[in-house]
Amino acid sequence: MSSAQPRRPGRRFRLQGSETAWAIAFVVPYAAVFVAFVAYPVVFGLWMGSRPALYSLLFSDPRYIDTLVNTLLFVCIGVNVKMFLAFLVSGFFMQRGWWVRALLVVFLLPWALPALSVFLSIHYMLVSQWGLLDSLWSAVTGADGPLFLVSRSLAMAANILAYIWKWLPFWTLIFLSARLAIPKEIYEAAAIDGATGIQQTVHVTFPLMANVYLVATLLSTLWTLGDFPTVHFVSSGAPARTTDVLATYGIHEAFGFGRPALGAAAMMSALPLVIPIIVLLMRRLHRTGVQL
Amino acid sequence: MTGRPAASHVTAERTARRHHRRGRRLAGGIAGATLGVVLLIWTLLPVYNMVLIALDDEGDEFTGSLWPQDPSFASFRAVMTQDHWYLENFWHQFGNSIFLGVATMVITVVVGSLASFAIGRMRLRRGRLIGDVALLTYMLPTAILVIPYVHIMHVYGLSDSLWAPIAAYVAFATPYAVLILHQYGKLLPMELDECARIDGASPVQIYLRIYLPLMTPALVAVGVYALLLAWNDYLYQFMLLSSTRNMTVAAAIDQFFDSDEAPWNYMMAAALVYCLPPIAIYFALRRFMAFDRVRT
Repeated sequence: MSSAQPRRPGRRFRLQGSETAWAIAFVVPYAAVFVAFVAYPVVFGLWMGSRPALYSLLFSDPRYIDTLVNTLLFVCIGVNVKMFLAFLVSGFFMQRGWWVRALLVVFLLPWALPALSVFLSIHYMLVSQWGLLDSLWSAVTGADGPLFLVSRSLAMAANILAYIWKWLPFWTLIFLSARLAIPKEIYEAAAIDGATGIQQTVHVTFPLMANVYLVATLLSTLWTLGDFPTVHFVSSGAPARTTDVLATYGIHEAFGFGRPALGAAAMMSALPLVIPIIVLLMRRLHRTGVQL
Repeated sequence: MTGRPAASHVTAERTARRHHRRGRRLAGGIAGATLGVVLLIWTLLPVYNMVLIALDDEGDEFTGSLWPQDPSFASFRAVMTQDHWYLENFWHQFGNSIFLGVATMVITVVVGSLASFAIGRMRLRRGRLIGDVALLTYMLPTAILVIPYVHIMHVYGLSDSLWAPIAAYVAFATPYAVLILHQYGKLLPMELDECARIDGASPVQIYLRIYLPLMTPALVAVGVYALLLAWNDYLYQFMLLSSTRNMTVAAAIDQFFDSDEAPWNYMMAAALVYCLPPIAIYFALRRFMAFDRVRT
């Protein structure tokens, strides 16, 4: 028969043990979801696209080279223009007044709308000779509008503009909250020192938002590298599948032409860009403590 | 007048300065208003185009006007009554979409809140690792996984099942849930949990009675995020669902996108109806959605 003295630490230990068991039990669902539906697909995808022969096949396809160029254009121009515009527009929404607030509510709407519906609408605006853009064009200039989906550069430009239309609101909101976090006193001090509005933006706002701006740009670059709906609906690869990006090319190869391994390889060929950005972003987030 | 030249000079200068300032403010106001109008037109143009096409009673011939010349609600009526072969299962598919969204929302909130409770409140060892895993998943461009997903769902026996896209969306939404809930949970004092523990509450009781009620705003934000993710994505629905009965509205609309047979006005009317739930959620729960994803 044991005394009460040694039993107590034993009980406390058991309690802690059961707490740990509970904590592990609480994490198990998430771990299971991760293993079954993230880790396994990632590994399976890497395995599908692991044969080197697939890549020589890819690089011998001129359409794939076009796709790479399109993806780089789409990501570099789309993300950077969007981010800079979001920075500027978030400044606009810092103004006071009921109409600014009402406008913000409307302005954020594209973010909440399904990509499917709005990109389909943009596609119809571009593809038709009697579409809204064409009507607007002839109302302003008196001539017939351009045929957007016949020229590769116009179709790419349309893709990028549609992409900016859809995602500008979200990043504007991010920058707006970053701007609101800057203490007003800093601007007051700058104004007393005689800084103009532009000087305040360049020397106060931008340095204080540089970190958020960088994190946002990197994150958006990652997401945009896998962007499928924009190109799928807006140009749908027209003219003659010259405006594909990696996601649309990969899915078209995999399910349109029945070559899943080649499609997976095409998708995986984004990894040389994805992995360094992920490493950079993780480091940055750990070091600077910007929270996601 | 002649006696006080200096004073009148000062007054004149002041008035001039005031005029100047007022002029600048007016110019700024005009510039601001112009920018506002540009933003408004830019934002509403594609939405207006949807309405314009949906109100046209011809499916493929357009009048080429800026206004609906002869507005007709025929296409909306067709959507309501499923009066076209391509809209045959519209409301059934709409139900599927709702099921998909709600299931994704509920599972994401449950799985995410359990994990964030374990990491943040129970101080699980190596909890940081789970945070990093979540962050890593959150960063992934999800479309690059869709090809392996189609194969994996065969392995799991979930081909053409609504649970396949639900699993995908839960997998993509829980990382955000874990991150946001963990962050929000830091605002709650740990003393609450400790007091409850001293009073003899089990971890499950602390989770149910203390954690969940206090986390409600963050849970709503995460739920809305998951719901909209499932509703607004269509790639995984289109790739993982194949039969008309099991399809969602998003998958069904996309199916007819490439065929020239589907009349545009019906497509746009269906697309507009599909937009209504997210618009309603947006207006109702706007303040919860302002939970930003990047914060300093």
